[in-house]
Amino acid sequence: MPDIRRDFRKDSSRDSCKSPMAPPRSFLWTRRIFLTLLTGFVLVPVYVMVSSSLKPLADVTDKFRWLPSDLTIRPYIDIWSTVPLAKYFANSLIVAGAATVCSVVIAVFSAYAVSRYAFRGKRVFTVTVLSTQMFPGILFLLPLFLLYVNIGNATGIALFGSRGGLVLTYLTFSLPFSIWMLIGYFDSVPRDLDEAALVDGCGPLGALFRVVVPAAIPGIVAVAVYAFMTAWGEVLFASVMTNDTTRTLAVGLQGYSTQNDVYWNQIMAASLVVSVPVVAGFLLLQRYLVAGLTAGAVK
Amino acid sequence: MATTVTAKAGARPVRTGSSGGPVRGPRRPTGWLRRVSLPYLLLLPALLLELLVHLVPMVIGVAMSFKELTQFYIRDWGAAPWAGFGNYRMSVEFDAPVGEALLHSFLVTVAFTLLSVGLCWLVGTAAAICMQDTFRGRGLLRALFLVPYALPVYAAVITWVFMFQHDNGLVNHVLHDQLHLTGKPSFWLIGDNSFFALLTVSVWKGWPFAFLIVMAGLQNVPRELYEAAALDGAGTWQQIRRITLPSLRPVNQVLVLVLFLWTFNDFNTPYVLFGRAAPEAADLVSVHIYQASFVSWNFGTGSAMSVLLLLFLLAVTGVYLALTSRGRRTADA
Amino acid sequence: MRSIRAAAVGAVTLSLALAASACGGGSSTGGGSNDSPKTLTYWASNQGASIEADKKVLQPELDKFEKRYGIKVKLEVVPWSDLLNRILTATTSGQGPDVLNIGNTWSASLQATGALLPWDARNFDRIGGKDRFVDSALGSTGAEGEDPAAVPLYSMAYALYYNKQIFADAGISKPPATWDELVADGKRIRAKGKQVLGAEGSNVSENIHHVFVFAKQHGADFFTADGKPDFTNERAVAAVRQYVDLMAKDKVIPQGNAEYAQNQSVSDFAKGKTAMLLWQSASANLKSQGMSEDAYGIAPVPVRSGTPGTGTQVNSMVAGINLAVFKNTHNLDGATKFVKFMTSDEEQGILNKAYSSIPPVKNAQSDAAFNTPANAVLKNTLATSAAALPQVADESQFETTVGTAVKELFADAAAGRAVTTESVKARLLKAQQQMPAK
Repeated sequence: MPDIRRDFRKDSSRDSCKSPMAPPRSFLWTRRIFLTLLTGFVLVPVYVMVSSSLKPLADVTDKFRWLPSDLTIRPYIDIWSTVPLAKYFANSLIVAGAATVCSVVIAVFSAYAVSRYAFRGKRVFTVTVLSTQMFPGILFLLPLFLLYVNIGNATGIALFGSRGGLVLTYLTFSLPFSIWMLIGYFDSVPRDLDEAALVDGCGPLGALFRVVVPAAIPGIVAVAVYAFMTAWGEVLFASVMTNDTTRTLAVGLQGYSTQNDVYWNQIMAASLVVSVPVVAGFLLLQRYLVAGLTAGAVK
Repeated sequence: MATTVTAKAGARPVRTGSSGGPVRGPRRPTGWLRRVSLPYLLLLPALLLELLVHLVPMVIGVAMSFKELTQFYIRDWGAAPWAGFGNYRMSVEFDAPVGEALLHSFLVTVAFTLLSVGLCWLVGTAAAICMQDTFRGRGLLRALFLVPYALPVYAAVITWVFMFQHDNGLVNHVLHDQLHLTGKPSFWLIGDNSFFALLTVSVWKGWPFAFLIVMAGLQNVPRELYEAAALDGAGTWQQIRRITLPSLRPVNQVLVLVLFLWTFNDFNTPYVLFGRAAPEAADLVSVHIYQASFVSWNFGTGSAMSVLLLLFLLAVTGVYLALTSRGRRTADA
Repeated sequence: MRSIRAAAVGAVTLSLALAASACGGGSSTGGGSNDSPKTLTYWASNQGASIEADKKVLQPELDKFEKRYGIKVKLEVVPWSDLLNRILTATTSGQGPDVLNIGNTWSASLQATGALLPWDARNFDRIGGKDRFVDSALGSTGAEGEDPAAVPLYSMAYALYYNKQIFADAGISKPPATWDELVADGKRIRAKGKQVLGAEGSNVSENIHHVFVFAKQHGADFFTADGKPDFTNERAVAAVRQYVDLMAKDKVIPQGNAEYAQNQSVSDFAKGKTAMLLWQSASANLKSQGMSEDAYGIAPVPVRSGTPGTGTQVNSMVAGINLAVFKNTHNLDGATKFVKFMTSDEEQGILNKAYSSIPPVKNAQSDAAFNTPANAVLKNTLATSAAALPQVADESQFETTVGTAVKELFADAAAGRAVTTESVKARLLKAQQQMPAK
């Protein structure tokens, strides 16, 4: 449908690919209405967060009003002292960051093996790994905790209550989908490229890192974003596997709802503050993300 | 799912022999041994981790489901008496309250999942198609649409709780006070409406992911197809029906399955929305099992229910994959 | 092919080995030891305005303890949303704190797990004897006839908080002493356009606390003498119905409260929207929400007739927090010393003042701070007319099932559906059937 561009774009550099038929008005109107409604649907909660975060607590718990009568930035100051937000934020960044890096690296190795080699058990591997997506979290929450404790007792490696244990848990959560996406992506990188690298004397790993990975950067970024978001929002495992010093944001935000009060305005303010860097990073990466998801999921 | 992957590989002009055939691969004279063991070495980290975090705990979980693991035994659950299939029998005895409640919860979950996945897919696809062409503000809109995906779950859901409040919430303010659509303010967090509240939140959180994937998929539809169709006289609507949607089939196969599994097992959304006692109309099975195990301290029954759920999901996935990839597999072979 | 099989065998062996080692979870460390006499881990529950506020209250006391005994206490304030799960996972794995706070209603349930140190006469002697504690508080420390699983730390009781201004406007001279009076006063308050009584209809625990008191007033019990659930006896049904009828029939609890679970009823009261509130030790909450202490009065929770007392005149559950020692502790002596320290007269005064609770230690109660008119009501209630929730192992299941049943009944009432004896009975029957079979 390149022809629609005419109506919206001033520059006509791509006019060469326009088709003889203009889109009907019905399509244009449907699109306008649909996108407007959708934008409203997405934005209303975001607006509520922003406006509530700027109200005093008494106003927040009052009848909702579109325009706050009394603006204050107080919640943005209080959030840091009600709960150790900075610490939780750092924990979340460390855990999600480490889980993302590990998950991507491991997924790259696995996907390379599946994509480039024929070996026995390949199918068993992919099926097994992917079937772990079906496990209900509740089923293995307690067993996993037991396992970590016993590994800790046997080897002295503290997995429960540590960020390490959480990293390990989260990276395996995102691993299946990541491997799966990357297999598709690597398959779309022409084999001639890495064969040429092999001929030039690179080992298989050299070919992977010098040829395949660079060619698959968009796919890898996509997987990284997905892995990050998986670790970023997880609540159930974090609630029993962390303690005071290692608590992540997803759980820590609940600290604004205490025995006495629910600090709605601070919840909103804190959510916005911690989301800004993530959303910003997201937006910076979204160009890669779109290009990346394409190849992984389609090819 | 392996079928999917190999089928995908098969679609490429340059491909690996994926079903056991010889590899036209790295062929260095000294590397034979290395080449045989290398793939396994590469898979080892993933395999070990999945074993540690998913498979072994699952084996333990299945073992638990055969035990009478109430609070009297959790401290030393090796000593808990074996319950045989007792926990399973209790879970599937649909005449008895426990089984009946589980069945109800299961049906609610199925309905919820189908609706949520359907809506997420529909909204995501529609948005992606609408944003296929460049127009002013497209970049900004695309950025906006990703915001729900990027917010921490707790933050997003608690905001909806706030909006769904009966007395002070935005939803009733708009529906009742401003638009006068309802005779009196409705309850959204308790009673029958809670199902729709849950659905709304789930779709709000979930559709951007569908949007992303579909948007990516659309970019791979060859432009020539559209041009050819246009020459044949197909209008925009027909192009969407005849070219866009069929081209999305492989993307959709993956997307719908993944969304289904995630939504079915989603715990965070209902838990934050309703707390640990969900209203009957929105009693999702994940929270139900959580309640059976952690709140009622009966981990044996909870595990048995989880295993049943797992079996159900395995069956659904198997059937789904068999149905959706039958055509492509025969083409590949 | 051979390598695959080898790998498969290896994987299976490994997983079995790991599974087997996990099966032994917790059994390795049976009782307490004194392996690490210099440190203690303490899980505190969230009692104050926020977790950080709690740390500010507790840390100076822990420093005091360290100075006195040379034992460093590592404090973690665990949010209520996580506390029970953390305790359960700690119990299952044997990996937990040395000392911890538990909600006193959990005592019997946790006692059944065997994870907590029993407080026999010898252990009680080491902290100064059992008779230092108030009887009602001791009544909520574990099943009858067994050694308590924990020691009372903070006590609380329910009282009726009423807004003096609204009462004056409605021409009500004194707080209601019976439910009939409350309903009658409600009519006059509603005539003034105010809400009558706040409640947390979706909060399972709050629901339990109230229906328990109503049950007592109807002479009913939710458990038979030998600990079997008996939710559907006529009196229990009548009690639950009376509570739900406060919304459904008497219209004193506004319908909107049916979905409250996050202390919205306290905000409503603090803002002067609602005239009355049944709450435990609400002073601190109300203060933090900007309601001055002269604006409200505190009275005992109403009874059906007469004055509060024992038996059918009970008007509060024994609320509070207990302090327990985890059996797997590596510092048994230190943990005992810490319990002694926390229940000492001096610390009891400091901590209970900070949290606006009542000390369960008799000597500490003489402090003037606990004898203000407000606290006197709470103290009297605790001493004379409070009863402990059923001390049975299935207590937490009881809270979940019956609390949820009441939540659903409130939802019915809010939706305008009739609440009848039959519908109450049906809900309770369902709750009872979901209790673990004996």
